Amino acid sequence: MSYLVAALQWLSDPANMSGPNGWQARMAEHLWYTAVATVVACVIGIPLGYAVGHAHRFRTVIVSSTGAARALPTLGVVTLFGLLLGIGLDAPMLAFVLLALPSVLAGAYAGVEGAPRDSVDAARAMGMTEWQILTRVEAPLGMPLLLGGVRSAVLQVLATATLAAYVGAGGLGRFLFLGLKTQNYPMMVASSLVVMGLAIVLDLAFEVVDRLVRRSVPAGAPAS
Amino acid sequence: MIEFRNASKSYDDGTLAVSDLDLTAASHEITVLVGSSGCGKTTMLRMVNRLVTPTSGQVLIDDVDVADRNPVELRRSIGYVMQNSGLLPHRTTVDNIATVPVLRGTSVRDARKHALELMEIVGLDRSMARRYPWQLSGGQQQRVGVARGLAADPNILLMDEPFGAVDPIVRADLQRELLRLQAELGKTILFVTHDIAEAIALGDKIVILMKGGRIAQQGSPAEIMASPKDDFVTSFLGLDGARSLHVDGHLVVDPSGRPVGRLA
Repeated sequence: MSYLVAALQWLSDPANMSGPNGWQARMAEHLWYTAVATVVACVIGIPLGYAVGHAHRFRTVIVSSTGAARALPTLGVVTLFGLLLGIGLDAPMLAFVLLALPSVLAGAYAGVEGAPRDSVDAARAMGMTEWQILTRVEAPLGMPLLLGGVRSAVLQVLATATLAAYVGAGGLGRFLFLGLKTQNYPMMVASSLVVMGLAIVLDLAFEVVDRLVRRSVPAGAPAS
Repeated sequence: MIEFRNASKSYDDGTLAVSDLDLTAASHEITVLVGSSGCGKTTMLRMVNRLVTPTSGQVLIDDVDVADRNPVELRRSIGYVMQNSGLLPHRTTVDNIATVPVLRGTSVRDARKHALELMEIVGLDRSMARRYPWQLSGGQQQRVGVARGLAADPNILLMDEPFGAVDPIVRADLQRELLRLQAELGKTILFVTHDIAEAIALGDKIVILMKGGRIAQQGSPAEIMASPKDDFVTSFLGLDGARSLHVDGHLVVDPSGRPVGRLA
């Protein structure tokens, strides 16, 4: 309990709060890493997932490769890329994208693949082009699942982005690694608290978006 | 007029779904393809709008081979109604009906206006317009499906067991409505069913199919009933069973002596 109080004191100390090394700046950095990694993962994962889901092909490739990617220990990947690419943001960013990709890919793929066959068949029979089937039928119906994938990707990266500091980049991990070296445990607890707070806020934000999407896509009562 | 010329469809595993089909469906008539499952009737229907490509032979609409037409344009010019309605679950009734006209470039506003008129034509209350498919009963969904098939005012309507999944009372109701609509609109309808009673009720011409997509017999319901070609047709029509009727006084009775009607 005393650590928790000390951590809160640490957080409320103006000296720790502002400035380039303050926790607010580090928090912004942390969010920025998370956003970049998620956006890159979406840019790669959504088109790929949509293509596979629409074509109903190469399913096993996706399932097995996302499974394998999920099994990768992120710390190991950060270290490996760090050795290859050197100190800086490149290595952890690559690892975060790799971490986010499976969830996004699976969400995009599963949403499109799971669109009711009858509806897709009818859309084609009415004279929609393949592109129209994807954009007007499969993608809207798959939106809740895609959103779920992005949501878990964001939370995973947010939690793991502390590792960026391991190879010299910024983010809230700075305080964790610094605190570990200097035995400043209140500082470690404080940075963990900020990460947790961010996770809760972002998860709630996704919950709100999810409800809005489900309201605009009331695809046949209870969505699985 | 829809014409099949030696049309066949076989699949990679060697199954022959349709073999050497020669068939003409006359304009402004209802032609019913009837047969048990596996007789290739749905495959035949889907050849018309190029959802299935024949392995050999041709399908022609008004003497033009469909293979020469752009599949997307072709499908937009043909109405399609399917068994489980195939409505788009994320669109309201009115937007489902408006789908094809919007694809063909009609403004959303005009297409919706027309969709509301179509709802009345197929016997749907306007209050259903803003409902989603899952908020409708099975019979209502099929009515929406029919309205959607008619929305772009196609000459041809393909119907794949459209009333197969609704209960018998609703089915009889929908069949009557279809005949009423047809009397007004005079579309060229190709209708697939496994229910011989439905075929007799609706068809100007009935085509009875056997396994492997061969025609057992075709003709008007009266022709087929009067002179079934072989044992297969006789038993398919039920002429050796429930439809083997005879007159007992003023009553018409079935083979077990139960009355099914009375001479008027």
